[in-house]
Amino acid sequence: MAWYKITEVESIPSMGSRIVKIGEIEIAIFKTKDGSIFAINNICPHKQGKLSEGLVHENVVTCPLHNWDVDLASGEALGNDSGCTNVYESKIEDGLVYLNFITK
Amino acid sequence: MKEKLVVIGNGMSGLRVIEDLLELENDKYDITVYGDEPYVNYNRIMLSYILSQEKTFEDTIINHQSWYDENNITLNKGDKVVSINKEDKTITSKSGKIESYDKLLIATGSNPFIPTTPGSDLNNVIAFRNKADVDTIISTIDKSKTAVVVGGGLLGLEAAYGIAMHGVKTILVHRSGSILSQQLDTTGGRLLQKNLESYGIEFKLNTTVKEISGTTEVETVTFSDGKSVESNIVVFATGIIPNKELAIDAGLESKKGILVDDFMKTSDESIFAVGECVEHNGNTYGLVAPLYEQGKVLAKKLAGKEVEGYSGSTLSTRLKISGVDLFSAGDYLGDETTEELILLDEKVGVYKKLVIYDNKIIGIVLYGDTADASWYLKLLKEHTDISDLRTKILFGKSALGDSGHGGDDVNSMSDDEEVCGCNGVCKGDIVNAIKDKDLKSLDDVKGCTKAGASCGSCIGLVEQILVNTLGDEYDNTPQGICGCTDKGHAEIKQIIDEGDFDNVYDVFKKAQWKTEDGCAKCRPAVNYYLLAKYNDDKYMNDKRSALVNDRNFANIQKDGTYSVVPRIWGGLTTPKELKDIADIAVKYEVPTIKFTGGQRLDMFGVTKEQLAPMWKDLNDCGFVSGQAYAKGLRTVKTCVGNTYCRFGTQDSMGMGVKLEKLTWGSWTPHKYKIAVSGCPRNCAEATIKDFGVIGVDSGWELHIAGNGGIKVRVTDLLCKVETEEEVYEYTKAFMQFYREDAYYLERTAHWIERVGLQYIKDDMLNEEKRKYWAARFDESQKSAQVDPWAKAIEDGFTKEFDKIVINPEDSHSFEPKGV
Repeated sequence: MAWYKITEVESIPSMGSRIVKIGEIEIAIFKTKDGSIFAINNICPHKQGKLSEGLVHENVVTCPLHNWDVDLASGEALGNDSGCTNVYESKIEDGLVYLNFITK
Repeated sequence: MKEKLVVIGNGMSGLRVIEDLLELENDKYDITVYGDEPYVNYNRIMLSYILSQEKTFEDTIINHQSWYDENNITLNKGDKVVSINKEDKTITSKSGKIESYDKLLIATGSNPFIPTTPGSDLNNVIAFRNKADVDTIISTIDKSKTAVVVGGGLLGLEAAYGIAMHGVKTILVHRSGSILSQQLDTTGGRLLQKNLESYGIEFKLNTTVKEISGTTEVETVTFSDGKSVESNIVVFATGIIPNKELAIDAGLESKKGILVDDFMKTSDESIFAVGECVEHNGNTYGLVAPLYEQGKVLAKKLAGKEVEGYSGSTLSTRLKISGVDLFSAGDYLGDETTEELILLDEKVGVYKKLVIYDNKIIGIVLYGDTADASWYLKLLKEHTDISDLRTKILFGKSALGDSGHGGDDVNSMSDDEEVCGCNGVCKGDIVNAIKDKDLKSLDDVKGCTKAGASCGSCIGLVEQILVNTLGDEYDNTPQGICGCTDKGHAEIKQIIDEGDFDNVYDVFKKAQWKTEDGCAKCRPAVNYYLLAKYNDDKYMNDKRSALVNDRNFANIQKDGTYSVVPRIWGGLTTPKELKDIADIAVKYEVPTIKFTGGQRLDMFGVTKEQLAPMWKDLNDCGFVSGQAYAKGLRTVKTCVGNTYCRFGTQDSMGMGVKLEKLTWGSWTPHKYKIAVSGCPRNCAEATIKDFGVIGVDSGWELHIAGNGGIKVRVTDLLCKVETEEEVYEYTKAFMQFYREDAYYLERTAHWIERVGLQYIKDDMLNEEKRKYWAARFDESQKSAQVDPWAKAIEDGFTKEFDKIVINPEDSHSFEPKGV
C-alpha cells in the first residue's frame, strides 16, 4: 500500500473526471462541485460502463451506458439498483492529488 | 420547535397527504392521526376484491403500524374525533382526549346514503362502505336465500358481483333504466348488464325497494313492481354524502361538502380538508384519483413549497370486476354541440365511443376493449387536436404502429410474455412488482422494474398494465421531469422564458429544485432550454451538463470506445475523400468501418485518447464532425435525382447538400434527420424523416414529423412549393419552431402528436410567422456552425481525454504540469 502522487487538482475538471491508469487498473478521479475529490474503479457494477464519462451531480455519477447512479464515496449503486464497485482513498496536499493504492 | 399537525381521518386521502408531505419535508411537523375504524390505513377501493375473495384484508393494507412508528406518527385508531374548537385550536376525541394543533387536516370522507325505506332499520340492512360491511356480508349471505343489492352504480355492481361469486342468488335493483348511468351511456350500460347477467345477477331496472320486512333481521324484500323475494340481506349502495358534520359544528363554511379553496384551505386559516368530505369549486368527488391530486397540492402547501392551486379533476372510472373491461372519462354523454365517434360490435362485446368537441376529445366510453384508455385520456387531458387522427383513432394507438413488441393488448398477454424488449421485463414481473412493492405510477414502475426505462417504446403497454392492475388507484397525476423537481417541461420552459439565467443552477434555484446539482435527466434538459433561448454566443454550453456523446463529440460504445463519423454532405463523396478516410482508419487501426443508414462511414472502436489526433487528421483533410452523436442535425439523405436517374424530376443531391450546409450545427431537442428524394418513388425514404423533401415535376413537396425508429410514423404533408428558395425558408422555419417549441428529447413525431398538425401548420403556412421563425433560425446558426472537433482541440478541452499513466513500481510517477 502506498500513496501515489497523481496530478494537480486543477487538471481535474470540476464536475468532471480524469482517468488514471496504474498497471492494469483503471481508476476514475472525480472532482465534485464543492471541489471534493473521489477515486473509484472505472467500471460500473451493471455492465462495465466507464463511469469516468458519466454526469456528476452531488457525490453521485450517472453511468453513461444505462443511467445507473453510483455513489462516489462508497461505490454502491443507488436507488432500485444494487451492485458495488471499488473505491480508493484520495487526498489533496499542496494542490496535488494523491491516491492510496494497494500494490500486490 | 416542530409544528403540530393533527389529521382527522385515517383513510386514503388523509394519509396520502401525509405520505406526500413526508417525501417533501419530514421534519416540520409532529403528526397525530385519528381514525374511527379500528384498523391501520387500508385501501377502501379494494373492498370489492375482498368480497369477491380475490384478495385478503392484509393485501389491502397501505401502511402498517411499523410505518407509523418509523415516521413518528401517533395513530389513534378506533377513536373518533367528536369536536373541533377552532378558537383554542384543539380537538376532542370520543375517548376524551383533547389535542392541540397548529394545523388541522380534516379527511373524514363520506357516509353512505340510505334512502328512507320501511324496514331499513332491521339488522342486515347495510351499506357497502367499510371493512365491517364486508365482514357482515360474508358472514350473512346464504345460498338458500337471495341477496338484494340496491343501486346500479359502481359500488352496487361490485357488491352484487362479489356476492354472486359466492354462488348466492343476487338481485340488483336500480331505479333508472340503465345501469352505471353516472359513468356510462345506455349502449355501454346494456352491454355491461348482459355481461353481468352471465354471472348470475338478476337485474330489476326502473324499480325501487318498497319495503323490507322481518322481525329483527331481514326476511322478505318487496319491490315497487309488487313482487317480493325471500332474503336475508339488503346492501344499499345508493350514493354517498360528504361527512361534514364535524366541520359544520365547528363553524366551518360548507355547502354540499366542506368548502375549500384551491389550496384545500377551509374558511379557517389553520384548518385544511381533502377528499370526499370537501367541496371545491362546486364539485365533490367520490373517486380516488381526484383525491390524490388534491392531496398532492396540499402536501406541498403544508411543506411550505410553492405550488399551483388545485383546479379540479377530470373523472375517469374503471369497474373492479374481473373480466369486465370498462372505462369512462369526461363528458361521456355529450350534447347537441358535440360529435361522437362510435365503434360498436355487440356480438363480441366491444363498444368504443369518443365524444368530440371542437376537434378535441372531451368524453370517453370504452367497453370490452380498454387497451387504449390511457392514450385517449392523455389526448383528452392535453386537449390535443385530433383532426388528423380521426379516421384511425377508434382502432387504437396500435393502428399508428410500434416496433419491438408485436401485438399489444395486455389483457391477452400471458405473464411470461415480454413487455420491455430492451430490458427483458415480462408482464408478470411488472404485475408482481406493482402488487408487492405497492407501485402507483409509471415512474415507480420504471425505477423498480426498468420496464419502459430505456427506449420508452413500451410505455403505453406498461401504462395499460398499471391501469389494469390498479384500476382507479393508478396515479397519473403529472410528474416532474425527474426526481429533482415536480415541474414538467412546459413549466420549466416558462420559467426559463420569463427569467434571465446564465447557468443551469440558477434555474434550479428559481424553480425550487429539490436537489442542488440536478441529475442526468434534468440538467441536460435545462442546459438545452438555455441554449435554445440564448444561442451559443450568449449562453456558454455547459459541458458538464451534457451527456457523454454530446460532451465528447463522439458516440460511446458498450466497451467504452467511441465511433467517429465525419460529415459527408448529402451522402456525396469523392475518391480523394474516401482515400483520406481509409488512410486515417489504417493509421489509427480502426477495427470496424460500417456504412450508416444515413449514407456515411462510421469508424468504430476508437479509444478516447485517439479521438483528438484522429479528428485533427480528419480536419486537415477537410472533414468536419458528422455530429452523429448530436441532438441536432444528423444527416441529409438523398437519392441520385435527375443528375443520373431516368425518373428523377429534381436535383435531389444538389438540394440535399444545400440543406445540410444550411442546417448543420445548432442544437435541437432531439436528433433531426432530413432526406431529399428526386421523385415520388421516394428512394431517400423522405416520408419517415423529421423533414422530408420530395421533388415533383412542378416543384417540391415538404413533409414533416416522420420517424423510422421505435414507432414508425409516416410524415404529414406540410405543403407544396415551387422554388428552391421556398424549400430553404420552410426548412429553416420548421426546424426553428421545433427547436423552440418541443420538449427536450421529444422527436418531431412525438411533438406533432402532442400539439397537433394544425398547430404547426398555423405557424408554418402563415407567411409572417414563417419568416419570423426562419430569421430566428439564421440568428441561431450564426454562432452554431463551428466544427466541434476543431473547437475542442483549439480550446484545450481534449487534453482531459488523455489518461494519467502511473507506474505501479514508482510511487513518485506523476502527470507533469501543464496538462
